[in-house]
Amino acid sequence: MDLSLSTRTVGDRTVVEVGGEIDVYTAPKLREQLVELVNEGHYHLIVDMEGVDFLDSTGLGVLVGGLKRVRAHEGSLRLVCNQERILKIFRITGLTKVFPIHGSVDEAVAATD
Amino acid sequence: MATVELRFSALPEHVRTARLVAAAVARRAGVDESVLDEVRLAVGEACSRAVGLHRRHQLDEPVRVKLIEQEKRFVIEIGDGVGGKHAADQYHPVDGAAAVDDAAEAAMGLAVISGLVDDLEIGSDEDGGLIRMSWPVAVHPVLP
Repeated sequence: MDLSLSTRTVGDRTVVEVGGEIDVYTAPKLREQLVELVNEGHYHLIVDMEGVDFLDSTGLGVLVGGLKRVRAHEGSLRLVCNQERILKIFRITGLTKVFPIHGSVDEAVAATD
Repeated sequence: MATVELRFSALPEHVRTARLVAAAVARRAGVDESVLDEVRLAVGEACSRAVGLHRRHQLDEPVRVKLIEQEKRFVIEIGDGVGGKHAADQYHPVDGAAAVDDAAEAAMGLAVISGLVDDLEIGSDEDGGLIRMSWPVAVHPVLP
């Protein structure tokens, strides 16, 4: 299964809906998408991972890279995820302390730092 | 010999195939359904790491995956062609920043494997580096 990406704007946030598998093969596409959004001036990103079936460390690396980029512009990168098997990867790498993780896009949109 | 053995060109697009094969063989061997996600992820991480190593060292050799059914454990070995054979000074990164990113990704991959797998050995064999992992199997494996 390949990676699917779609973006939409909700208020001042940009929601990136990701579906499929984020691994060493597909992660560069997600990286390109995040870099493009930041270059276009979208600094408050919400990555909706509810449609993600698989995530590995390459994907984590891309998300950390995205966070670094938006932070350079005082932006934010929030994640939406309820899937235990994906959340587990954030936990074992300690990244739950780095990313705000929300239960729904609405919750992420409403969140403030 | 291994129950199933796989060799693939060191290309990112083949890592998914290795994950799927490993999970299918593990399931058939009787590895608990709740652990199959871990098997899939650990194999993916180890294969991604091997692919990265081969690419950085410009090796044409394939990445080796052995799936071995034992009486009480299901063993997976992922071998790269780098290990101790190629000294660090033979490593010529194309671009410094990319090399740092690669190294960070490889370290993150190992961190994920270490966090997931209780029985893990990182060593080498005559062909290069070797990651060996194992999981318990149920007493009555799934029949074909």
